[in-house]
Amino acid sequence: MTAVADEAVLQSSFDSTIAHNDRIEPRDWMPEDYRKTLVRQIAQHAHSEIIGMQPEGNWISRAPSLRRKAILLAKVQDEAGHGLYLYSACETLGVSREELTQKLMSGAQKYSSIFNYPTLSYADVGTIGWLVDGAAICNQVPLCRTSYGPYGRAMIRICKEESFHQRQGYELLMTMMRGTDEQRAMVQESVDRFWWPALMMFGPPDGDSPNTERSMAWGIKRHTNDELRQRMVDMTVPQAEALGVTLPDPDLRWNEERGSYDFGEVDWEEFWAVVKGNGPCNEQRLAHRRQAYDDGAWVREAALAFAASAGRVASASEDSAGRVASASERIETKEETR
Amino acid sequence: MTGVKAEWPLYEVFVRGKRGLNHVHVGSLHAPDDQMALRHARDVYTRRNEGVSIWVVRSSAITASSPDEKDPLFAPSGDKVYRHPTFYDIPADVPHM
Ligand SMILES: [Fe+2]
Ligand SMILES: [Fe+2]
Repeated sequence: MTAVADEAVLQSSFDSTIAHNDRIEPRDWMPEDYRKTLVRQIAQHAHSEIIGMQPEGNWISRAPSLRRKAILLAKVQDEAGHGLYLYSACETLGVSREELTQKLMSGAQKYSSIFNYPTLSYADVGTIGWLVDGAAICNQVPLCRTSYGPYGRAMIRICKEESFHQRQGYELLMTMMRGTDEQRAMVQESVDRFWWPALMMFGPPDGDSPNTERSMAWGIKRHTNDELRQRMVDMTVPQAEALGVTLPDPDLRWNEERGSYDFGEVDWEEFWAVVKGNGPCNEQRLAHRRQAYDDGAWVREAALAFAASAGRVASASEDSAGRVASASERIETKEETR
Repeated sequence: MTGVKAEWPLYEVFVRGKRGLNHVHVGSLHAPDDQMALRHARDVYTRRNEGVSIWVVRSSAITASSPDEKDPLFAPSGDKVYRHPTFYDIPADVPHM
């Protein structure tokens, strides 16, 4: 068989896996564009989780009570975990962790623009949980059925944890809304700042999203940007009413015919400006990430040196299937004696 | 920026959800050694009591079959329908079969 014919066979087997709604797994043959698109999407997603720790981490030391501090710490730690699940999924596509980290820090790969907005008041912690994690949930739930196995499995794990994120945010805002006029004003001001950027999280309008169609054909994406944005608006309006805040959009109204809310135009100029690096915090976020990477260098090196000196790392030649069995036996023994 | 240094090796993580269940693969992580891999696995994959036991194994130590469904490795079991209970016709009125 010629190489071309070979590739045609592989392609048709890939196509039929996708057509049957089956999953593609790491060692399967896949079109190079499918792989590249996935790497870009999963990396951007992973980077968003990692950079996303910064705006909220900003308030950990100033959380108003031990309870709120513990919750916020747990939430930010979850986001680190989400980043790690996704990096791990991305690495199955043949990129290294180091390469991903470098591409985030050099700006070669992006993260979600929402994290380039500052957290100016403590109410922002609540608003982020409610609206930003809310938008993330809208985006991520359909991705649990994405065609690439490791990505879908990471999303399932993430979605299980996101519900806590959104609920703690909403509860925080409810508590503030039951407080003083000043606290209610803080919540409204925060919602005013975050509403539109949260809607931008779904990406440009379908007309300006040239890759959507291909990604949907591949089962990487399950809904268009505009569909998800509409879903977010429809879910959020009754939540805003229950909370007692006004969403800052004079064009927002129920459309009986469509069975959905109409809403105003997103400021796409602002969106593209932030994507291109001119948001309020782009530089600060990347500088902080680089600083953390550099500050951690000695820890990474020391851990490796210690592992080598203590003989705690088996050399590559010692690695064999036999080690799997012996490692598991050791763990079983420990379990027994616990 | 720091130059490219040796990366921590990759480990695969398996978690036993509760007693009575098998360990199931949950993902991977990087760690400098086996002990640290276990600790990282606890923090990354069991923040909500997802497990009672963790295995970690260097990814390089795993030998895998090809995942292709048409893999000849699995062919021997394909034509042995007599290994399944439904292969045998037993009258419906015979009890406890
Ligand atoms: Fe997350
Ligand atoms: Fe979250």
